[in-house]
Amino acid sequence: MRTPEEIYEMLKNQFSDSILEFESELPVEKFINVSPSQIHSVSKYLKDHLDLQFDCLMCLSGTDDNNDEKTTDEDGNETVVPGTLSVYYNLHSIKYNHKVNLRVKVQKDKPEVESVENIWKTANWHEREAFDMIGIKFLNHPDLRRILMPEDWEEGSHPLRKDYENPEFYQGMKVPY
Amino acid sequence: MAVKTEELVLNMGPQHPSTHGVLRLELELEGELVKSVKPHIGYLHRCFEKHAEAMTYPQIIPYTDRMDYLASMYNNFGYALAVEKLMDIEVPERVEYIRVIMGELQRIASHLVAIGTYGLDIGAFTPFLYLFRDREKILSLFEMTCGARLLYNYIWVGGVSHDLHPDFLRLTKEFIEYFRPNVDEINNLLTFNKIFIERTANVGVLPLDTAINYGMTGPNLRASGLKFDLRKDDPYSIYDKFDFDIPVGEGMVGTVGDCWDRYFVRVLELEQSLKIIEQAIEQIPDGDVTAAIPKRVKPPKGSIYTRVENPKGELGYFIISDGGLNPVRVKVRAPSFVALSVMDELCKGALVADVVAILGSIDIVLGEVDR
Repeated sequence: MRTPEEIYEMLKNQFSDSILEFESELPVEKFINVSPSQIHSVSKYLKDHLDLQFDCLMCLSGTDDNNDEKTTDEDGNETVVPGTLSVYYNLHSIKYNHKVNLRVKVQKDKPEVESVENIWKTANWHEREAFDMIGIKFLNHPDLRRILMPEDWEEGSHPLRKDYENPEFYQGMKVPY
Repeated sequence: MAVKTEELVLNMGPQHPSTHGVLRLELELEGELVKSVKPHIGYLHRCFEKHAEAMTYPQIIPYTDRMDYLASMYNNFGYALAVEKLMDIEVPERVEYIRVIMGELQRIASHLVAIGTYGLDIGAFTPFLYLFRDREKILSLFEMTCGARLLYNYIWVGGVSHDLHPDFLRLTKEFIEYFRPNVDEINNLLTFNKIFIERTANVGVLPLDTAINYGMTGPNLRASGLKFDLRKDDPYSIYDKFDFDIPVGEGMVGTVGDCWDRYFVRVLELEQSLKIIEQAIEQIPDGDVTAAIPKRVKPPKGSIYTRVENPKGELGYFIISDGGLNPVRVKVRAPSFVALSVMDELCKGALVADVVAILGSIDIVLGEVDR
């Protein structure tokens, strides 16, 4: 059994440039920030390393970090600088009974993250959900379709974004709200 | 002359009595054999996670009731634990005992539905009626405690909404005495019925490594042969105080991890839950059940992932707080959602008639799949 700190040190030695930082200031749960293009190789290492063996992806959640920056100039024109989206990975090893949390942060205008579907099959549906709800694109995902919303829901409209607005019409029908 | 053949795509659902709700399975068939299954979900999507962002923490509890509506107590339980961990609240001991008693009664009730409807799917009507008769008694116990029979809103952050009714413990004891012999009745009626075994043994075999890779949990994982139960392996609340076993699938009539094993693990768990309730009734202390309920639920900034052993499997709550009165994000890792994703793997090469047997054996609730 290893603590998140030890796992962070191991990852730091293996992937010096893609492990960004270790967030330990939060009072509750600690997580390791990973760069979006490296999450696949980091995950593979975590699963295959004999002393780690993270064979179970407990949960994968996409979130909107709610950090858009709005500025209003003198004429009253609003400009919005888009913020970031995040994907959280909660891993557990059945053999060693230790846990670690990873986080990948991406810019809203280019929300692309490597898929981990071929490492843990659980990720397949969870990534589809994160795509459907938040709009994160998982590269190399075999079947990235909407899962909870209707298939013909307006493209680029993702309900769990903080700036989401209810549509007035759905397929020509007025949406009463 | 060669006969021209082609694959047939068949829609099972959204209205189909064996899908346990509104679920559509797109089956690709080659004659009688299933080539692939594509589950289409979302018919019951109620935007729980979006709603949760606009609610205060205690207001979310009634929404959690409506996810796995056959195990509402346990959904409340998991959510309350997550927020308590986020806020670092210690709950009184009596509350812990009440929660465990309610949780285990709920597990029995949920398994009774699972077992009964599974028999119904396979064609055995009678056991279903017997089991629902017994489940009614549990629901009456719940009604006596909090006034509701299905959606309780009973377990709150820091406590429970009402103390137990003065007669509750006596009636629960009576229920245990009444119910214990009925487990044998289930076995005689259904478990060792020859037709039932023919329909379920060696059908839909789930090997252990596939089960882990797909994130199967709860009875579905244990049926594949792994002794893994969060109540023992990642203990929460006061489960470490009780003595109980974890039944696993042994392939008694077929292969380890087949439909019959998944069914039988649930039957065995009934007895274990009874054991836990008995011990809890013996040990339950007095105390004030509302003492630790906070006036204002305002967790500090941070995130938490908490999981509990729901009757269906691992129920996880991932909550992000920014220090305000509403959560920034609540994500639910629903055991049925994950279990349903393994359907394609399980059904490949099976017969069409077995799809119903396989779907029933993983015991899904669509309210939780779609949230």
